[in-house]
Amino acid sequence: MTDRRQFMQQAGALASAAAIGGLSPSIARAQTAKLRVGMMLPYTGTYAALGTAITQGFKLAVEETGGNLGGRALEYFTVDDESEPSKATDNANKLVQRDKVDLLLGTVHSGVVMAMVKVARDNGTLLIIPNAGANAATGGQCAPNIFRTSFSNWQPAHPMGKVMYDRGHRKVVTLTWKYGAGEESIESFKEAFTKLGGSIAKEMYLPFPNVEFQPFITEIASLKPDAVFVFFAGGGAVKLTRDYAAAGLKDKIPLYGTGFLTDGTLEAQGASAQGLLTTLHYGDGIENAKNKQFRYNYGKKYGVQADVYAVQGYDAALLLHGGLNAVKGSFGDKKALYGALEKVKIDSPRGPWTMSKAHNPIQDIYLRKVDGNANQVIGVAWKALEDPARGCKMTAA
Amino acid sequence: MEWLIQILNSVQYGLLLFLVASGLTLIFGIMGVINLAHGSFYMIGAYLAFTLSSLTGSLWLALPLGIALSAALGLVLEWALISRLYRRNHLYQVLLTFGLILIFEELRSIIVGDDVHSVAIPAVLAASLPLTETLSYPVYRLFISAVCLALAGLMYVTIQKTRFGMMIRAAASNPEMATSLGLDIRWIHALVFAAGVALAAFAGMIAAPVSSVFPGMGNQVLIVCFVIVVIGGIGSLKGALIAALLIGFADTFGKVLLPEVASIAVYLLMAVVLLFRPLGLFGRA
Repeated sequence: MTDRRQFMQQAGALASAAAIGGLSPSIARAQTAKLRVGMMLPYTGTYAALGTAITQGFKLAVEETGGNLGGRALEYFTVDDESEPSKATDNANKLVQRDKVDLLLGTVHSGVVMAMVKVARDNGTLLIIPNAGANAATGGQCAPNIFRTSFSNWQPAHPMGKVMYDRGHRKVVTLTWKYGAGEESIESFKEAFTKLGGSIAKEMYLPFPNVEFQPFITEIASLKPDAVFVFFAGGGAVKLTRDYAAAGLKDKIPLYGTGFLTDGTLEAQGASAQGLLTTLHYGDGIENAKNKQFRYNYGKKYGVQADVYAVQGYDAALLLHGGLNAVKGSFGDKKALYGALEKVKIDSPRGPWTMSKAHNPIQDIYLRKVDGNANQVIGVAWKALEDPARGCKMTAA
Repeated sequence: MEWLIQILNSVQYGLLLFLVASGLTLIFGIMGVINLAHGSFYMIGAYLAFTLSSLTGSLWLALPLGIALSAALGLVLEWALISRLYRRNHLYQVLLTFGLILIFEELRSIIVGDDVHSVAIPAVLAASLPLTETLSYPVYRLFISAVCLALAGLMYVTIQKTRFGMMIRAAASNPEMATSLGLDIRWIHALVFAAGVALAAFAGMIAAPVSSVFPGMGNQVLIVCFVIVVIGGIGSLKGALIAALLIGFADTFGKVLLPEVASIAVYLLMAVVLLFRPLGLFGRA
C-alpha cells in the first residue's frame, strides 16, 4: 500500500520530469494521439444542406490525404448547431471543455459563429470557419487562433459595385434582409459603387426571414432605377427572383446580386434566374485541373454535384493539412502552428489562394452568369481581393 | 397609382394570411387546443403540392389529393394524440404540438431533403396583367385572393347557417350541455381538427407556386397566424378575416413607409388592439 507521502513524491517526480523534459514528451504523445476535431455545423434547419456539404468536402480532403491530416489520424466530435445563436456558446463550450477538442470547425450562421469566436478567444482553441462571413470574425474580433477558409461578407459584394458601374448603371436600388450578412454586403457594394460615382436611389430592408417582397417590387417599379442589387439566399432568393420576374421587371430593370442569390437554387428558380449576373469566389466551369479532379471525386463519392460550401469545407482540411505538415503534426507550439497556417498556400478548386494577415482568404472573385442549371464563370470580377479587415489588431498568440 | 397597387398587395397578402389562420382559429377557438404544429401543416401542404404536382404533372390534380391526405392526417393525429389533451392544461398541448413540429421537420428532411423547390403556376393562370408601364401583376395572385374570399364565404355559411355549423357552435360554447342533448362531441372535434389541418395544408398548397417550398417555411407563418387569432378574437372567423386584412396593410405599408419599424409593425398593431379590446376585435368572454 502506498501511503500519502510516497504518492506525493512520485507525483512530484513525474511533474518535474515532465518539466525538465520540456515539450518533447508532449509532442511525442501528440503525434501518436488522434487529432480531436470538433465539428459544429448545422445538420437540421434552413442551413442543413450547407452543413452537410461542408462536412462532405472536409472528409473528402481527409480521404485524399490518406485518412489523416499532417500525419495525424482524426477523431470527430460532431454537434448540430441548428443555426441557433442562443445555443451556440453552450455547444462550443461542450466541445472545448468536455470533449477537449484540438480545434473547432464551424459554422454557417454568422450569429452562431460570433459565439464560437468568443469561445475560441477565451480558451485559445484553434477555430477554422468554413462559411460564415461576418466581417468581425477576421476584423474587429480577429485573433491568432481564428482562421477562415470561405469569405468575409465584404468580399463577394464589393466587386459588384465595379461590375454594375462598368455596365453603365448609375442609379441603383438595394434590397436585403435586415441582418448581419445582408447589411454588410450592401455596405460593401455601396462603398465600391459610390466611390466610382454611382448613387443609391434607395436602400430597402425587410425583416429576416420575411419573404413578402411585393411592396418592394411595387416601389422599385415606380422608382425606375437603372438596376437593383440584392443579397438573398435559399428560399428567400428563390421567391425573390420568381416574384421579380412575375412582376415583369426582370427584363426592364436588371437584377444583380452576390452569388448566394443563385447558388444551389437554380432548379427551383427556373426561368426567373436565367441570365442573372452574380459575383462569388466560386462558380461552374472553372478551368483548372484541381477543380476538375475535385468535382469528379466529390460526385463519385457522394452522388451529388459539389458546390461552393463543399469547396470551403475541402479547403479547411487542406489548410489544416498544410499547416500541420509544417510543424510535424504537433499542437504543442501554438505560435509555430499558427505561423504555419498563415503561410499555407491553398491549392483550392476555386483557384489558388493565400491567407491575409487577418486570416481571411485573399482570393479571386468571379463574375458568373446563370445559364441553365449552372452559374457559369464568365470572368474574374476582381483579382486577388483582400478584405480590409477593419478594426483587426492581431495580438501575439 | 403606386398606392393603389400597394393596397392591392395588402389585401392579397391579408387574404392569404386569413386562409392559413382560419384553420388555427377553428382549432383554437372551438376546441381550445393550442396547436403550435399549425405552421407545420402549412409546410406539409406546400411539400404535398410540390411532390404531388411533380408526380401527377398538374397542380389541379395535386390539390384534391393533398386535401384528402391532409384531412386524413388530421383525423389520425386527433384520434391518436390530440383527443387525449382536451381536458389537460394548455402546457401539455404546447409540449405535444411543439414536438410535432420537430418530428414533421425531420420527416420532411428525410423524405424530401433540405433543398429549396418551386411549384409551377398552372398554365391557365400563368399570365400577368400590366398595371403600369414597368409593373405587371401575376394573375395567379388574384386567383389566390378569389379562392380565399370564396372559402371565407363558405366557412361563414357552414358555421352560421347549417345544422352542422350549429352543432359545432354548440360544442364550442357548452360541451357538457351539447353532449347531454345527444351530440357526439368526439366526432365533432375530430372533424373540426381535420378541417383545420386541411385548411392550413390547402393554404400551403395554393400558396406554393408564389411562396416557393423550403425548410422552415411553416415557422414563419405560425407566429403571424397566432397574432391574427389574438387580434381577431379567439374562435371568431369574422375577426380572423378582419385581423388578417389589418395585418396585410400593417405589413405592406410598414415596409414602404416606416422600414425601420417594419419588423414590429404587426406586433404594434396587436398591442394597440389589445389595449382597447383585451379579448380581440370579436372575442367573447
